[in-house]
Amino acid sequence: MYQILKSEKLADRTWLMVIKAPWVARACQPGQFIILRVDEDGERIPLTICDYDRAEGTVTIVFQTIGVSTAKLEKLQAGDSVADFVGPLGKASDLIDEPVEELKKKKILFIAGGVGAAPVYPQVKWLHEHGVGADVIIGARTKDLILLEKEMEAVADHLYISTDDGSYGHPGVAGKVLEELAAQGTKYDHCVIIGPMIMMKFTCMTTKKLGIPTVVSMNPIMVDGTGMCGGCRLTVGGEVKFACVDGPEFDGHLVDFDQAMKRQQMYKTEEGRKMLELQEGATHHGGCGHCGGDH
Amino acid sequence: MDVLKKVPVREQEAKVRATNFEEVCYGYNAEEAMEEASRCIKCKNARCMTGCPVSIRIPDFIGHVEKGEFKEAYDVISDASSLPAVCGRVCPQESQCEGVCIRGIKGEPISIGKLERFVADWARENGIKPKKNDQKNGKKVAIVGSGPAGLSCAGDLAKWGYDVTILEALHKAGGVLTYGIPEFRLPKDGVVQPEIENVKSLGVHIEPNVIVGKSITIDELLGEEGYDAVFVGSGAGLPMFMGIPGESANGVFSANEYLTRSNLMKAGEESTDTPIVHAKKAVIVGGGNVAMDAARTALRMGAETHIVYRRSEAELPARVEEVHHAKEEGIIFQLLTNPVEILVDDNGWVKGVRCIRMELGEPDASGRRRPVPVEGSEFEIEADTVIMSLGTSPNPLIPDSTKGLEISKRRCIVTDPETGRTSKEGVFAGGDAATGAATVILAMEAGRKAAKGIHEYLSNK
Repeated sequence: MYQILKSEKLADRTWLMVIKAPWVARACQPGQFIILRVDEDGERIPLTICDYDRAEGTVTIVFQTIGVSTAKLEKLQAGDSVADFVGPLGKASDLIDEPVEELKKKKILFIAGGVGAAPVYPQVKWLHEHGVGADVIIGARTKDLILLEKEMEAVADHLYISTDDGSYGHPGVAGKVLEELAAQGTKYDHCVIIGPMIMMKFTCMTTKKLGIPTVVSMNPIMVDGTGMCGGCRLTVGGEVKFACVDGPEFDGHLVDFDQAMKRQQMYKTEEGRKMLELQEGATHHGGCGHCGGDH
Repeated sequence: MDVLKKVPVREQEAKVRATNFEEVCYGYNAEEAMEEASRCIKCKNARCMTGCPVSIRIPDFIGHVEKGEFKEAYDVISDASSLPAVCGRVCPQESQCEGVCIRGIKGEPISIGKLERFVADWARENGIKPKKNDQKNGKKVAIVGSGPAGLSCAGDLAKWGYDVTILEALHKAGGVLTYGIPEFRLPKDGVVQPEIENVKSLGVHIEPNVIVGKSITIDELLGEEGYDAVFVGSGAGLPMFMGIPGESANGVFSANEYLTRSNLMKAGEESTDTPIVHAKKAVIVGGGNVAMDAARTALRMGAETHIVYRRSEAELPARVEEVHHAKEEGIIFQLLTNPVEILVDDNGWVKGVRCIRMELGEPDASGRRRPVPVEGSEFEIEADTVIMSLGTSPNPLIPDSTKGLEISKRRCIVTDPETGRTSKEGVFAGGDAATGAATVILAMEAGRKAAKGIHEYLSNK
């Protein structure tokens, strides 16, 4: 069992947890992810690492409640435990393998969409700790969904905020902020985009137009996370890749997002059915469009 | 009794079992086992023993069974095998011990597998455990992976006084016995977990949720962690796909994924959260044991199930018994058939498979006649689920993270097959990680040989 040391609600349906997991904390790097299981009947949920403390043996994760398993997870509090917590999985961000001197010559931009601020944070923090500056744009639907603003401010050279509804920061999507910066003459040599697939798809179009090499972090459906099941496969530059062992980071201009988004929907009905059972118990009798009626 | 024939084994009726996950074969009871054992002529030069990868003293244990001395029979078997209840169920006996049995020349061979299973099940039901060695030799060995190779290696080393820790990447021990082979062939709570408990009762420690190559490296295990040797039994790796159009559509799975959801995650059971697609019409591509397992799982979940295989029945790599069971249960075999495209609907879901008929041409490098497409023979099979069971390619996690470990062209770990030694000092390997996908018993054999190799290496160090 892996103990939860801290649980904090960051925004609507969005939680941060610090979990004791020495095997992960000892080895993890920015860009990698973990898999956890809430309880003995739980599914294996992949989540990107948000922060870690090697001395304390802890790992920080941020998650959004989207299905039955995350709904179970958000109910847990400090002092409770999750059944399993394994990692680090996937490859570390390419940035950490580059010589620091080379990185310092580059102008690097991170664009985080919604909960994507969580996996962006450790990368910016790592660069900051190694004396490498980076700019960050955090975009979200609305003000309440902007995450980790203070933390990011402490490690980013420039932090820009955007909201779709204009309730905070620049009005519009994050890509629009980049276009404005570019119009003012700011040139970036490298961009990392992490967020919902649809956001990554469209923001990649912007960076492509601006000619900025771009990396995205993919979080598809997976089971084991070690290369065994192939459920996380996606097409990158016409080749089939496994996000768990070849990724999770890929060239954003080569990823087939449309296919990845379709695959993301694979279990939507199954998941919807379970979710309704959890919310409504035996009182649910169909009509939701998900469950096919009371069967 | 006809001494030329095996005592028949009771099985769940095909029509009934096609709708449940209960074990297909009931196994022998004590009377049946003793009767079958009496057919054995206890050869002095027992050919069956040479046919057994782990060299169980087969005539000895069968002699005990004949006299009703089941505990003694168990002691004989557990000297050689850490997982007899598993092997009695999943070994390809027809090509091993039973394949060379003298009785088989003029009739049916002794049903050695079913007798082994009976003895192991009897021991479990009567609370008999393998003998533990409390004399520790002070040396530590780490084992990567708790599948058949790792468990058998761990079992032997523990018996010889080593302090053994198995590091397992998944949350549950057993490797392919747990995630791969279905319940109806190998019950998990009934058979696999008790066998693993037996290995633990020898003093072996199993640490789940540790990925060697990620959470910790082999160099760290041999260095700061203070292990004297490491055995890598990390198993088969990444599932292969065909590279045909439509393969990334929703509803196309690797057999690994489909079986892991069903077996390890218990997807489809009421209480669990992991989803699985309930196919109406499933096409399984491939002809090995894994393909049979995937097909029979889909069938039990309610699908009309087709197996598509490009060669003929004679070349099917699956065990004869598995093919026989699959046919009895109503699986439709489309032999000499190869998929050329997966047909996808507007929502990105599978709606069918376009196939082409094949015929056998000249023999290829493997000696088997090469299947060649019959021009103009394309046809479509309607399906909402396609399961690719084409084998695996080795997992890169350990080779990529271990300095000085030699890898073959096929990306397997290079070993001396007699000792399991690799190119790196103190590192041994065996099972699918070294050979590519093979069988449970061959992995166990490799685990035992490596245990001996490690013992020799550490004794002379």
